[in-house]
Amino acid sequence: MPMETFRASAVVDRGEATPAAVRCTSLVKRYEDVVAVAGIDLAVWQGECFGLLGPNGAGKTTTVEILEGLTVPDAGSVEVLGWSWGKGRDLELRERLGVQLQETQLAEKLTVGETLRLFASFFARPRPVDEVIGMVGLEDKRRSRVGKLSGGQKQRLALACALVSDPELLFLDEPTTGLDPQARLNVWEIVETFRGRGGTVLLTTHYMEEAARLCDRVAIMDHGTILSLDRPAALVASLGAEQIVEFAVRGGLDKDTLAGLPGVGSVTGQGGSFRLSVRRIGEMMPALLMELDRRGVVLESLTTHQATLEDVFVHLTGRALRDE
Amino acid sequence: MNEHRLDPIAPHGAKRPHPLVELTRARLLEFLREPEAVFWVFVFPVLLALALGIAFRSKPAETLRAAVERGTPAEARVAAMLRGSPDLTVTVLAAGEADQALRTGKVDVVVAATAAATGSRGEPLSVTYRYDTTRAEGRAARLAVDDALQRALGRPDLLAVHEDRVARPGNRYIDFLIPGLVGLNLMGSGMWGLGFAVVQARVRKLLKRFAATPMRRSHYLLSFMLSRLIGLVLEVAVVVGFGWLLFGVAVRGSLLDLAVVSLLGALTFAGLGLLVAARSRTIEGVSGWMNLVQLPMWLFSGTFFSYERFPAVAQPAIRALPLTALNDALRAVINEGAGLPACWVALAVMALWGGISFAVALRLFRWQ
Repeated sequence: MPMETFRASAVVDRGEATPAAVRCTSLVKRYEDVVAVAGIDLAVWQGECFGLLGPNGAGKTTTVEILEGLTVPDAGSVEVLGWSWGKGRDLELRERLGVQLQETQLAEKLTVGETLRLFASFFARPRPVDEVIGMVGLEDKRRSRVGKLSGGQKQRLALACALVSDPELLFLDEPTTGLDPQARLNVWEIVETFRGRGGTVLLTTHYMEEAARLCDRVAIMDHGTILSLDRPAALVASLGAEQIVEFAVRGGLDKDTLAGLPGVGSVTGQGGSFRLSVRRIGEMMPALLMELDRRGVVLESLTTHQATLEDVFVHLTGRALRDE
Repeated sequence: MNEHRLDPIAPHGAKRPHPLVELTRARLLEFLREPEAVFWVFVFPVLLALALGIAFRSKPAETLRAAVERGTPAEARVAAMLRGSPDLTVTVLAAGEADQALRTGKVDVVVAATAAATGSRGEPLSVTYRYDTTRAEGRAARLAVDDALQRALGRPDLLAVHEDRVARPGNRYIDFLIPGLVGLNLMGSGMWGLGFAVVQARVRKLLKRFAATPMRRSHYLLSFMLSRLIGLVLEVAVVVGFGWLLFGVAVRGSLLDLAVVSLLGALTFAGLGLLVAARSRTIEGVSGWMNLVQLPMWLFSGTFFSYERFPAVAQPAIRALPLTALNDALRAVINEGAGLPACWVALAVMALWGGISFAVALRLFRWQ
C-alpha cells in the first residue's frame, strides 16, 4: 500500500472520535540562514504517545519548542489542549503541561528534593514531591545534590520536574539521548506508567527502538518536514519488506540483476555494497547465492535483519538516522 | 532544617510554599554552598580591612624629620636650635646623603645655612630649606623647622595659642576605609552575585526550563532582589562589626539609616547586575561587561582614598557614579552621624541608577 494512503488513514481513523491534545498547521520557523521548520502539520490525539523521529538538525526540537510556547513560529497555527499561545491564557495552559527540554542542566548545588520542591511551587496543584520522587525511583537520592547524580538519574530528575505538575500532556525532547541501556529502560518505564494513567505524550528521539517501543504513531522528520507519519508497524510494513539484507562483494554486480531476484522489494547500493529490502527471504537467499556463484563474484560479508524504522528512514532519505 | 515539614503533604490543592519564597530559598542555598562565593563576599573584605587597617594605623608619635647638612656654617648650632622643637627629629648628614634621604622620604626637609658670615651669636644669617613641595610632610616640616629657628632666634609670638590635639576614632584612615569597603562589597556581590547566577542559568537552559512552567517571570527576578536583601544584612554586619570590634570604628548615625542606605545600595547594584546580565549568553561575556562597569568605580569612587584628589573638572562625573553616591552616604551615616535628609543627593543618584537599570533590564531580558 502506498505511503500516502497510510498517512491519511491514520489521521482519519481516530480523528473525529478523540479530540486533539496538540494540533498545528503549516508551521514554519526560519533562523538567520536556515529553515528549521518548513511547513509542518500534525495532530496528537489525547491519550496517545506521538513521536517525532529524525536525525539531529531535522527540526524536531524547534517544532516541540514552538508547541511548548517557548518559540514563536514565523507562520502557522498551534493549538495545545484547545488553546493557542500568546492569547493571555499561557500560564493557565502551562499548569497542565509537563516539559522536559533537551540539555537542561538543573542547579547542581541543590538536592533532588529541593529541586522538585522549587518546581512544585510554580504550579497551583502540584503532585506531592515524595510521590514524584517515587514515580521516577529516586527515593535514595532525595538528599543528594544534583551535581552528584549519574546521567540516568539526572534524566529521571528532569522527568520528575516535568511530572510534578501532574500534567495532562507531557513533552519530552530526546529523553534518553546519551543514556546507557539500563537507564534508557528506566525512562521508558516511567513514560509507559504515565501513559497507563491516561496521559498524552509528545516525544522526539533519534532512536528508532525508542519510537517503536513507546509511540502509537511516529512522524519521520528530516530537513524541517515530515516525510511520513503512521503507526510504527505500518511504517515498517510500507517498505514492503520483512527483512533487510546488506552485503558486500568483490567483482561485477549491478542493481538491475539484484532487483530481478525473486522476493526482492528494492535495491540501493554503490560500489560493491548493496542493501536489499526483501519480502520473502527464503526464496531470495538461494537465488542470490546462485547468482553470485554463476558470475564468479566473491561474497565478503552479509548481514540480515528484520526491517525497522531505521530502514524506513534510510528508504525515505537515503541516509542513516545516526550518521549525522 | 526540616524539609519534610515544609513539603506540601496533601496531594492536590494543599497549602503550598510561595514560588517567590522557594526561588529565594533556592538562590540562597546555592550561594551558601559555593565556598568561593562565600569567601569573596564575607572573608575577603575583612582580610582587606585588616591589612589596610594595620598598614595605615595611626602611629603613636608622629614627628617630622629634618636633616642639617654637614659642613654648612654653624651646623651644630642650627641642629641644637631645631632639637629644641618637640615636633622634629634632627640628624646631621653630609650633602650627598641628605639629598638621598630626601629623595627616598627618610627625611622631610634638609636645612643648609648658606651665608658664609655668621651673626653676633654665631648663628647663620640665612638658610635654605630643601623639601618636596608635593609631599604634605615636606611642607609641614618646612613650617616646623622655620618656626623652631625663628623662635630660637628670638621672634616673639604675638598670639597666645592653646592646642587641642585630636587623635580619636572617627578621623583615622580605618574610619574612612570601613564605609568604603562596605560600599565596594555591596557593589561586588550585587553585580557578580546576580550577573553570574543569571547568565549561568541561561547558559544551562535553566531559564528556558523555568519559562516552560507557569512561574511568573517577575517572581524569578524579584527572588534575586530578595536574596540580595538577605545577603546584604550579613555583608554589612560582617564588615561593620569587624571594624567596630577590631578598630573601634563606630557607627555614629542610626543603624536604621545605615540599613536604609545599604538596602538602597544593594538594590541599585542588583539592578545594574541584572542589566549587565540581561542578554549575555556566556560567562566570559558577562565577566567582561561586569569588569568594564565596575572598574571606573573601583578607581574613582573614593573607596580607598578621597575622590576629592581628582581634578575639579572630573568631580561631577565621579559624583554621578552609583558607588560614589553609596560611599558618600555610608560615610555620612557611619563617620559623621548624619541623618538621611543630609545625604538625599546621594540617595537620589542611587535610586535613579537602580530604578532605570532595573526597568531597562526587564525590557531587554532574554530567557533563552
